[in-house]
Amino acid sequence: MSAVVGMDLRSRNPQWWSLFFTGLTGLATLLILAILALILGDALYHGWSQFSWRFVTGAAQDIFDVHQAGIKPMIFGTAARVIIMTIFVMPVGVITAIYLTEYAPHGALVTRIIRGAVNNLAGVPSIVFGLFGLGFFIEYIGQHMDAGIYGAGAAPVWGKPALIWASLTLAVMTLPVVIVATEESLRAIPQGLREASLALGATKLETIIKIVLPQALPGIMTGAILAIGRAAGEVAPILFTGAAYYMASLPRSLSSQFMDLGYYIYVLTTQSPNVEQTRPIAYATVLALLLLTFSLNFVAILIRSRMRNKLRALH
Amino acid sequence: MEKPEQSKRSVGWMGLERGHRARPLEWLAEKMIFLVSLSAILMVFLIFIFITREALPIFLGQTDTAAARVIPADDIDKLSPEKLRAYLGLSPEDFKNKDHATLKLLMQLREKSAAENGDNKDAGINTTSWRYMLKPYQWSDNDRPEYIWQPRGEIQKFNIVPLLVGSLKVTIVALLFSVPVSLAAAIYVSQLCPPNVREVVKPSIELLAGIPSVVMGFFALTVMSGALQSIFHYRYALNSLLAGVALGLAVIPVIFSIAEDALTSVPRTYLQAALALGSSRWQAAWQVVVPAALPGIFAAIVLGFGRAVGETMIVLMASGNASVLSWNMLDSARTVTATIAAELGEAVSQSPHYRILFMIGVLLFIVTFLSNLAGELVMERLKGRLEGKR
Repeated sequence: MSAVVGMDLRSRNPQWWSLFFTGLTGLATLLILAILALILGDALYHGWSQFSWRFVTGAAQDIFDVHQAGIKPMIFGTAARVIIMTIFVMPVGVITAIYLTEYAPHGALVTRIIRGAVNNLAGVPSIVFGLFGLGFFIEYIGQHMDAGIYGAGAAPVWGKPALIWASLTLAVMTLPVVIVATEESLRAIPQGLREASLALGATKLETIIKIVLPQALPGIMTGAILAIGRAAGEVAPILFTGAAYYMASLPRSLSSQFMDLGYYIYVLTTQSPNVEQTRPIAYATVLALLLLTFSLNFVAILIRSRMRNKLRALH
Repeated sequence: MEKPEQSKRSVGWMGLERGHRARPLEWLAEKMIFLVSLSAILMVFLIFIFITREALPIFLGQTDTAAARVIPADDIDKLSPEKLRAYLGLSPEDFKNKDHATLKLLMQLREKSAAENGDNKDAGINTTSWRYMLKPYQWSDNDRPEYIWQPRGEIQKFNIVPLLVGSLKVTIVALLFSVPVSLAAAIYVSQLCPPNVREVVKPSIELLAGIPSVVMGFFALTVMSGALQSIFHYRYALNSLLAGVALGLAVIPVIFSIAEDALTSVPRTYLQAALALGSSRWQAAWQVVVPAALPGIFAAIVLGFGRAVGETMIVLMASGNASVLSWNMLDSARTVTATIAAELGEAVSQSPHYRILFMIGVLLFIVTFLSNLAGELVMERLKGRLEGKR
């Protein structure tokens, strides 16, 4: 009732008000899109001139040298850390999602706590993951490994920032991404498929491995790609867990540090001796990072929509 | 009631319910899967435990930056090893690696430096006690009590109030900018726009979420700082306003997608009923759909707040990072996250400075944990309410 009364009081001419507010909200939407276009356009416009095959595959002694600049070590470092991260996060994330969709008793306390933990993990600030990586992986696990392998007092090998610790930190950070994406794809599989498999005498585990998981594969891949896309651009978690300002050679083992695309952008814009001069390299690196994350996101969206169409046909 | 119960049990006997006898492998696999799925809980616990572990001496009041009473170097043999270690401020590993002569040299150095600046009356203060971390204090080179965060220098000053104010200030600007814009867009996209527009707009805004925060910080630094300065004509190019607006851009997709979800989950019948009563689409959206989705919108704002408080790279690059206590939006600000990011790299491991950075990390974790929890609970209630009404 009150809504109707309110309507009468508020406007003699509802049509006019409606038009005004529709326009206003539409403008807000347009503003967001315009900013997005501005960011992408700016990066593309300024980054393109410096962007070349040599830039992508080269490496320079002086990371602030505009003419020599190359981002091969950064691309290598970023790729290495996300690949190692994927190896660790995928099994854990997928198995957790399997538990949540296939085994977990509906509405039970433990299920709710797991879900709550997943949601909370997704909301933990990235810098806190950096602190965690330092406090747990480096100061605790790494130092104990050093003490165990090389004896007390030896120079730290694992108890210092390293590729493996940065990757593991990112794996913890992207765990919720993988769980949520996998869960979504598992839920989308028609219950009938599971029932048919069980009816033919397969056990629950056989059903999951032979029927459910192959069907969910595109969704699981989407999860992996989204996790990689998220992790590739993150800088805060790797600041103290492995990223290096400069390294003469590519990382050779899991215990070496690495150079990184996002960290390089940060270094170029805040620690460069001449910000104006190094700006073109910064723009080109931004463009490279955007191309990387966007193409990953794009592939994820593509797989997801194809999967939805396929499942729609199944239903 | 008895019969179906029994028949169910007899089916289960051969199958899954008592699987550990009939199919040990199946039973084992289920237990393993369950154990792995606990990893998310384990991780949340580990994060809390291990950042608290590094900060624990601060919470327990065990750190002391006060220059202790100087002990003459000749008295080295009168001290117990543990006392000597604490006096020289060495970590246990460091202490073990040093021989007697080195330790004595360190004590002599300490004696000498104490003799040189013996007149600084601040030297005897333990700046890591709560009184100096939270309340203003008149240091010997100030003319009135002030809140100062200054971890470098002779006397390390660790007042965290300027950092808290900095974080709050930037977050408020970000929310003032992003909440109206993203809610308006969410209403437009979910209720008012034609479906084909929606198909394009929604993924585009989600694309904004895919922009790494270091890129957003770079954009704020290179493009927005100049643009905002030429509009408002202020003095410092890097300030809370710029950081807040850039942060707002990162928060927009978060608030938008949650609010849009909440608005879309309002049953279609609400809208249809309102339209049937003769309201326009805007009236139906504003007076029927939005009130029904209000808890979801609230949750979106709370989760957006959590994201804004925790964002690091944007504020690190765009806020100017001067740790002065000021509520002025056009002054440079230093947030909690940016402080950790900027200073942890150079803080000596296990030093008071290092531990205080972990301590503010714990604060940050707690704040975001609580805001996430609040958002989650509200969302759950909304879902229950809408499903109940359906």
